[in-house]
Amino acid sequence: MLVIWSFIIYKAIMCVAVFAVSLAIAAYSTWWERKFAGWLQDRYGPKRAGPFGLFQPLADGGKLFFKEEIIPNVSNKFLFILGPSLVMITALMTGAVIPWGRPLHLNNGDIFALQITDLNIGFLYLLGVVSVGVYGIMIGGWASNNKYALLGAIRASSQMISYEVAMGLAVIALVISSGGSLSLTDIYESQGDGGLANVCWQPLGFIIFFVCALAETNRAPFDLPECEAELVGGYHTEYSSMKLGLFLFAEYINMFISSAIMAGVYFGGYNMPEWFENLYRSHVSLDTFAIIGMACYVTKIFIFISVFMWIRWTIPRFRYDQLMNLGWKILIPLSLLNLALTVGVEFLRGNITI
Amino acid sequence: MQLTNRRKVVSDKKQTVMEQLYLPGLLKGMLITGSHLFKKRATVDYPDEKRPIAPIYRGLHVLKRDDNGAERCTSCGMCAVACPAEAITMESGERKKGEEHLYREEKYAKIYEINMLRCIFCGLCEEACPKEAIFLTDRLVDAEYERDDFIYGKDKLVEKMDQRIDVTKRQTPEVLEFKKIKGLKHNELHDPKKLKDKH
Amino acid sequence: MSTLLLNIPVTQYMFYFLSFVAFLCAIMVVASKNPIHSILYLIITFFAIAGHYLLLNAQFLAVVHIIVYAGAIMVLFLYVIMMMNLNEDTESHKHIYLKFAAVGSALLLLITLVAALKGAEKLTAAAPLNTNVGLIKNLGTTLFGEYLFPFEVSSILLLAAMVGAIMIGKKDIK
Repeated sequence: MLVIWSFIIYKAIMCVAVFAVSLAIAAYSTWWERKFAGWLQDRYGPKRAGPFGLFQPLADGGKLFFKEEIIPNVSNKFLFILGPSLVMITALMTGAVIPWGRPLHLNNGDIFALQITDLNIGFLYLLGVVSVGVYGIMIGGWASNNKYALLGAIRASSQMISYEVAMGLAVIALVISSGGSLSLTDIYESQGDGGLANVCWQPLGFIIFFVCALAETNRAPFDLPECEAELVGGYHTEYSSMKLGLFLFAEYINMFISSAIMAGVYFGGYNMPEWFENLYRSHVSLDTFAIIGMACYVTKIFIFISVFMWIRWTIPRFRYDQLMNLGWKILIPLSLLNLALTVGVEFLRGNITI
Repeated sequence: MQLTNRRKVVSDKKQTVMEQLYLPGLLKGMLITGSHLFKKRATVDYPDEKRPIAPIYRGLHVLKRDDNGAERCTSCGMCAVACPAEAITMESGERKKGEEHLYREEKYAKIYEINMLRCIFCGLCEEACPKEAIFLTDRLVDAEYERDDFIYGKDKLVEKMDQRIDVTKRQTPEVLEFKKIKGLKHNELHDPKKLKDKH
Repeated sequence: MSTLLLNIPVTQYMFYFLSFVAFLCAIMVVASKNPIHSILYLIITFFAIAGHYLLLNAQFLAVVHIIVYAGAIMVLFLYVIMMMNLNEDTESHKHIYLKFAAVGSALLLLITLVAALKGAEKLTAAAPLNTNVGLIKNLGTTLFGEYLFPFEVSSILLLAAMVGAIMIGKKDIK
């Protein structure tokens, strides 16, 4: 019975930790986005609130909480509130299956897994949650009873469905080349202990996945659902106060999670290059090793988030037909080709038998 | 005619394979933006650090007093006439006995208002002034919440005696000479040399 | 009564709860006037059914059910209905014969389903015992071994449907 209780407590700690870290990273992503954009544009970025503007997210959050909240008269109130909540819920749910590091060994002999749950269909769970996430945007956009919001919602949904197909195909190729397991822990582990990172076997798949991740998180150059030049504010035109904040926040959480996934499944997550590992591995305990691995993972995630932002502040938004052409006519055939190539290569490597 | 060496002839030619791939172009663009990470900032950290302002910058006006502390303005209205934006209004008053230390001339401006939202800071008022009373300074007009607050009255325009505003940069001999060349007759009256000749 | 309730395992409670949700929302799909609400209830129904799959240890099926039905097909439904801007007042009045015909065909479908499920009692009892039945590996071996032919035939059916949809959607056929 004690084992079960400690298990529940560990999982609860992990849940709260992932929840808090997601929110904190999302908050500080907004700060980093502005700072980074400032540097890219030869500016300072936020620097008035606290040292280096570090309290800027708190100021922004406080402002959003205290702003007047407007719910349009003609909107469907329940769905209007449900929309941003759903977006936030699904964004936070995705963190549940990601292994953040190797398990820690506690003093009382227990093992503390740095992962909320290791589903054997972890990757499919991610795809499922992401595909449900679009409902929040759709419901919110529709319930606003505003044509711009509706158009934004429709753009978001069609875009996400289109790019989910290519993403799914890229994932299948990845799973084939990394040993045939959909569990994220297995995929991460397959890249450790001298194994190459999956990006070496799946360069094309990685590019496809990366483009799809940009599209799924509604980041530039695929941020057409909130294209202010055409649609005022897109699906969140009618939103104000913290409900708007939830939409914006969820975007950053999605960005964090997709960076974590890409850094994990394509770049090894908490694994390090072998030569780097050999430098110190014999000198440190297993727990220190796990923590160094986690730091390595965080660094990779940080680089990915920065690349997301770098892309956003470099290239302009696509036109809508270009977006659809890229999704259906280029990425899906490419990902099918990638799948076929992967199967061929794996057959030659002897990992697949008939 | 070629104005710059950066012009490009627009054409609708087919994209080359490299251009169609998009990724090389994307990487090139990202390198360009990335290189700006290491470039000098184009902005300054404004309230803490200010860009140098030219000494003859045309900013907020000042109504000068003379060395005894009397207002120089005689409410002649030349500045209001000269003002292209019609930003200046004034109302004259007659100097009473015992007010000689306040106003230099017998006639003075009871009300003198400049609408800073209309003013284009061209400096024509300064040029037209026969009494060397109004000058533009290197100070800036503050931000306000209400439009009414931008109508500056004498309380804001007239300089305080304990914190006089230096306008020698804008009142050099060359400037006085220039005013004469412009043929503004009234300026001649105050030319100290001319005055001396007359007497 | 209380002892009876305690003797039932937790999964049983979840089964009843999910069935209740599924039934309620299925009724609401038909009953609600606003087509958008119908769709949203249908999505909840799908989630309840995905929960049933989980109870049967079919995790893969549950997640794929959510990805395909809730995540893709219902999004398209919602998409189309949002675009059409259907409201309560634009609902056309159906003829009484049409209503009778609808009820009749629904009853026929119910009878068919009941008849089909009557013979499948043994299957439902056996399924939860084997915890590995829902794993992808087993599912794949079964699908591409035992049921290869029906699987390929259904894929051809889907392909035909896709081609048909494109043909209908095309503006001018030469």
